Amino acid sequence: MIQILSSSALATVQDLGREGSLRWGVGTSGAMDSLALAAGNLLLGNDESAAAIEIPVFPFRVRFAEDCAFALTGADCAATLDARPLMPWSTYQARAGQLLNLGLPQGGAGRAARAYLCLAGGVDVPSVLDSHSTQLRGAFGGLEGRALRKGDVLRAGAPGRTARPSGIGLVPPALVLPLQVDGCAAMRVLPAAEYADYTPASHQAFWHTAWKVTPQSDRYGYRLAGEALESVAPVEMRSHGIVPGVIQVPPGGQPIVQMRDAQPSGGYPKLGTVIEADLWRLGQAPIGSRVRFIETSWDDAVAALDEIRAWLDETRRLLALHHGLGCDLRNGA
Amino acid sequence: MSSDAVTFSVLGTTAALFEAVGPMTLAAQRRIWALAREAQTWPEVREAVPGMNNLMLTFAHPPRRLDVLDALEARLRAAWERVQPLSLDGRVVELPVIYGGSGGPHLADVVAHTGLGIDEIVELHSAPVYPVYALGSHPGYCYLGGMDPRIATPRRQVPVLSIPGGAVSIGGAQTGVSASTGPSGWNTIGTTDMCFFDPLRDPPALLQPGDSIRFRVERVIR
Repeated sequence: MIQILSSSALATVQDLGREGSLRWGVGTSGAMDSLALAAGNLLLGNDESAAAIEIPVFPFRVRFAEDCAFALTGADCAATLDARPLMPWSTYQARAGQLLNLGLPQGGAGRAARAYLCLAGGVDVPSVLDSHSTQLRGAFGGLEGRALRKGDVLRAGAPGRTARPSGIGLVPPALVLPLQVDGCAAMRVLPAAEYADYTPASHQAFWHTAWKVTPQSDRYGYRLAGEALESVAPVEMRSHGIVPGVIQVPPGGQPIVQMRDAQPSGGYPKLGTVIEADLWRLGQAPIGSRVRFIETSWDDAVAALDEIRAWLDETRRLLALHHGLGCDLRNGA
Repeated sequence: MSSDAVTFSVLGTTAALFEAVGPMTLAAQRRIWALAREAQTWPEVREAVPGMNNLMLTFAHPPRRLDVLDALEARLRAAWERVQPLSLDGRVVELPVIYGGSGGPHLADVVAHTGLGIDEIVELHSAPVYPVYALGSHPGYCYLGGMDPRIATPRRQVPVLSIPGGAVSIGGAQTGVSASTGPSGWNTIGTTDMCFFDPLRDPPALLQPGDSIRFRVERVIR
């Protein structure tokens, strides 16, 4: 068991998301950085899709009420376990009573926005509609369908002492699979149905200028600021299904990228969709940072998914290889 | 209807969107329901999700190459030509509504926009049997057809940050009932205490496409 000591809201229990309930109006939810969640689980020998705590606001502190192995992935938060500094993207063994502290994300402009605390066996919350993810609008999933609060207690699926070595670390995917344009985090985009309804100047601005992540950006959507995007003529839309990654353009011309808590339907024109394989990059872009979009093709978008699958498979293989040896994978051993 | 009257596009590698072009009709929607029922059985489709005269297909696995995606599009177009409209034979659920008062804070705005009296608005709103076209927006929320255009009222300039579940509202030419507390740009004219969604129920949503809603006037607060 761990106890949440921080009153900072917005931390939620997430897994890889809820599939198959869109027909009931239920969006997918799930980790904003699915790679960080999956990798953290692999570090612990969990299922890739086990539930973990997504932390977007720092500092964040928890106390371990019992011995428990854990992994930290996502943002490098200069974490400490009692006084001991911890490496990001690594697994450790906590003893009962120890205090885990996550500080402000490190790395300057290139820092990540969200950290993931994974527990051995996964965070043990009930599965609702085939997922452990918190559905905030529907108030179900996760812990009582809400963000975590100070005093909350969460159970690990497999607490205790682990035979797996402590201190094993991974090279973060942002370094292994980098994608930047002019120093900005970049995401590949497939044009969507209303793309052709926008002016050439808007296309130019969309692909060739930086977009600022505004403070009105959260798990529901990233509101971006830049040159206003204009349609050739008013576009009349009917409500239709949408998915995380869809880039909507409301009348003001400032795009909104739908994120993991997005509702499953919408009615604004769509310029494009951030491909599934790159959505984690945007999920880690902090407020105030600038991002760029890269036009891609169907075949390249599918290949990008393969690349992620290959990284996770290779991570799993290396962890199995090093299991019991206590090596740090960052040493290239 | 020729297959020129539909469009096919992708939502990243996650889903495809199939849209019937032309006037929004119940007849086209009944074909959308039939198409959804058929596409749901295709192995590459995880979920077939009807919208308003359109259908989103999420992929169980994204088609491996562009030509496989093109084949899916061709299969959808062919099925659209072939499907017989599903009949509107679902249940009719009656919702008791208290119009106006604190549960209907924007009824006065509908009065102001339409020039109609409260009684007239309530009568026009509660007269039809509204077919559920689709679910979306939030868990258990129903998109309804069939509202009398005389009570159509534009969405609010500034969305309301939080309206409670059970709020009966008008947005443009549509009406609906929110299933849980959340933001809304629509004009709330009344309230009902029906529970539209329970994640532990099977199915979790009270209503599905093909069912209908009738609003029964429980009370009008002036």
